[in-house]
Amino acid sequence: MAATPAQPRETDLALGSRARPAGDDPSPSVQTSHSRSPDPPVEATIRIEGGRKRVGFELRDLWAHRDLFYFLAWRDVKVRYKQTVLGAGWAILQPLLTMVVFTILFGRLARVPSEGEPYALFSYAALLPWNFFNLAVTNSGNSLVGNANLITKVYFPRLVIPGAAVGAALVDFMIASVILFLMMPWYGVSFRPTLLMFVPLVVLTAIVALGVGMWTSALNVKYRDVRYVLPFLLQLWMFATPVIYPLAFIPERWRWMLRLNPLSGIIEGFRDTIFGRPFLWRGLAFSTASTLVLLICAVYAFRQMEREFADVI
Amino acid sequence: MQPIIKVENIAKRYRVGKREQYRTLRDAMTEGLIARVRHLGALLGVSGGVNCNLDAAQQYVWALDDVSLEVMPGEVMGIIGRNGAGKSTLLKVLSRITEPTRGLVELFGRVGSLLEVGTGFHQELTGRENIFLSGAILGMRRSEIVRAFDEIVAFADVDQFIDTPVKHYSSGMYVRLAFAVAAHLEPEILLVDEVLAVGDAAFQRRCLGKIGDVARQGRTVLFVSHNMASIEALCDSCLYIRDGRTEGKGDPVGMVARYLASDFGSHRGGCSLVGHPGRRRGAAPLMTAVELTSDDGLPGSVRMGSTLSVKVSFTCESQPLSPVLIVTVKTANHAPVFAVSNKYNRDFLFPCRVTGGTLICSLERLPLMPGSYFLDLSFGSELIYDLDEVREVLSFDVTPADVFGSGKLPPAIAGPIFWPAKFELVNA
Repeated sequence: MAATPAQPRETDLALGSRARPAGDDPSPSVQTSHSRSPDPPVEATIRIEGGRKRVGFELRDLWAHRDLFYFLAWRDVKVRYKQTVLGAGWAILQPLLTMVVFTILFGRLARVPSEGEPYALFSYAALLPWNFFNLAVTNSGNSLVGNANLITKVYFPRLVIPGAAVGAALVDFMIASVILFLMMPWYGVSFRPTLLMFVPLVVLTAIVALGVGMWTSALNVKYRDVRYVLPFLLQLWMFATPVIYPLAFIPERWRWMLRLNPLSGIIEGFRDTIFGRPFLWRGLAFSTASTLVLLICAVYAFRQMEREFADVI
Repeated sequence: MQPIIKVENIAKRYRVGKREQYRTLRDAMTEGLIARVRHLGALLGVSGGVNCNLDAAQQYVWALDDVSLEVMPGEVMGIIGRNGAGKSTLLKVLSRITEPTRGLVELFGRVGSLLEVGTGFHQELTGRENIFLSGAILGMRRSEIVRAFDEIVAFADVDQFIDTPVKHYSSGMYVRLAFAVAAHLEPEILLVDEVLAVGDAAFQRRCLGKIGDVARQGRTVLFVSHNMASIEALCDSCLYIRDGRTEGKGDPVGMVARYLASDFGSHRGGCSLVGHPGRRRGAAPLMTAVELTSDDGLPGSVRMGSTLSVKVSFTCESQPLSPVLIVTVKTANHAPVFAVSNKYNRDFLFPCRVTGGTLICSLERLPLMPGSYFLDLSFGSELIYDLDEVREVLSFDVTPADVFGSGKLPPAIAGPIFWPAKFELVNA
């Protein structure tokens, strides 16, 4: 009885994968070579091996789940401001109020130099990417634990979860950017072609956030201490990044320490794009390199820890 | 023909918490410190997260131990076994939720798993939004969801409320919508776990029907259930797991019979509870034995309406307590019928603290219809009444009796309980 209904199914399978364009194949690792032969696949679509020592990045599997990435990010955006009066207004208010406080405290009272630019715009130009980073890391750091019900019930590449949290934070960032582009003419800063660098800088910030976020989210599964340490670390990190002060404010002797922080180059880059200053390409290149190293290490560490998520969470 | 699922000697080990007690505070502190330092090592990735488990002091259980199986395309295979036998772990390994400790699995097709109804649903989102979200989580592409959308809404019968947040849905609507999404998954291999344990009888019938449809389309289905009738009706073959090992494979009717006979029949009328496989993990093994006696004297069998006595022997040398016992009667499909306990009734609380003895629970005028039933036992003190817990301790049969004195009984589909009601005709 088992064998009878199976015969037509098998032809179905082969036909199905032949008809489908390669990019739209829902099963990520199906060997396309099989689609031509009428025989059933000789190599397994999915191979699960116990006790592996090495882990791969499995980027193809990740690509196959790009729709899920979109839907999870979209869910986070939809749900975040549900049952709030101001809704997405919070995405604008948070950096705006911080800017006001910083301008009064550091700009007026402490007289932190702002390289000749109005302090409000000077700090907002840095607060905007910093807030994005802060939100992205906080959300993705807690994302795996928050989605424990999914992790114990369905398979998909777990990287999608912290990734989607970063994606959702990006939406807040875009809303808050509107304020920046309104503030610029107000303070008499004109739009210059250097602004084109804005987009690559945002991508870079997102990658740093993704690297840090996925790492902390994986650690958070096993060590819930992370949840309590993270806000504190982020606060320290902000002071170690030229957000409230310019990089030049730091004595030359100590500046290399700030250079180790990929965000300092990125945030200075944001200011350069906005105020139309020449780029410090070297610093930016260094930030890009350290960002990529961070990302690769984070993905590898995540893949290692991922294997016991469902058992530990 | 080649199998679509190939499982070779997979094993899955879980860690259970360390149970021994620290002797002194200093020991505790130093041990804690060492453990913390070791964990810090893991944190920095020195030992890679997984290997740091290999701590000699840890205790392990093997949820799966060398299970192998092959499933042919189009086959519907049932998986049976008592709670904790490893059925769900097997499905979790096959669906890649958890990684096996050893062994190899090869799957020759797209896999969809249905381990619960409503995976990924979000309370704040509307029905429409949840269809897309849940569909994507279960592994559907956006284009597939768009194509199936109208059908899903029709199947769930919620088109009026499709733009209402699901938190305002009735539980029936919620479950229908959730199942409708899952039912429109189109994988080559479908893994289903106990989904049918939710919902009312009509919904369960519908789910079973849908699984039957999936099977008729020639898809491969692996189906875990406690419902022996549906296993026999739907499956072409059956895998019987016991304590993480394959106990048997083959014809479902034969396997079900073997399962019922060997897991529950061997200790009819009474059994030892020392090392019982149904004991909850981490429970203190206070109960030592159970014995069932009834008026008719046959072991493990009682007539409708007569008295069934459950005698539970226990020892608790280290912690004298006033004993509290909970006896739960469940149907053959593991649905609870009723539970009795002396904790609810002050007359039967025993104020003295004892270190052992036998507690007898008498179920007089047992209102059960003919059939097989299971017993769960839970034992403890007045304050903590589940120090020890053993599920599906043993089974017993209820045999027909002429309880109404009319030679007639209600039909079996009327439920597991009979009740002597009174009727009056007025205004005739």
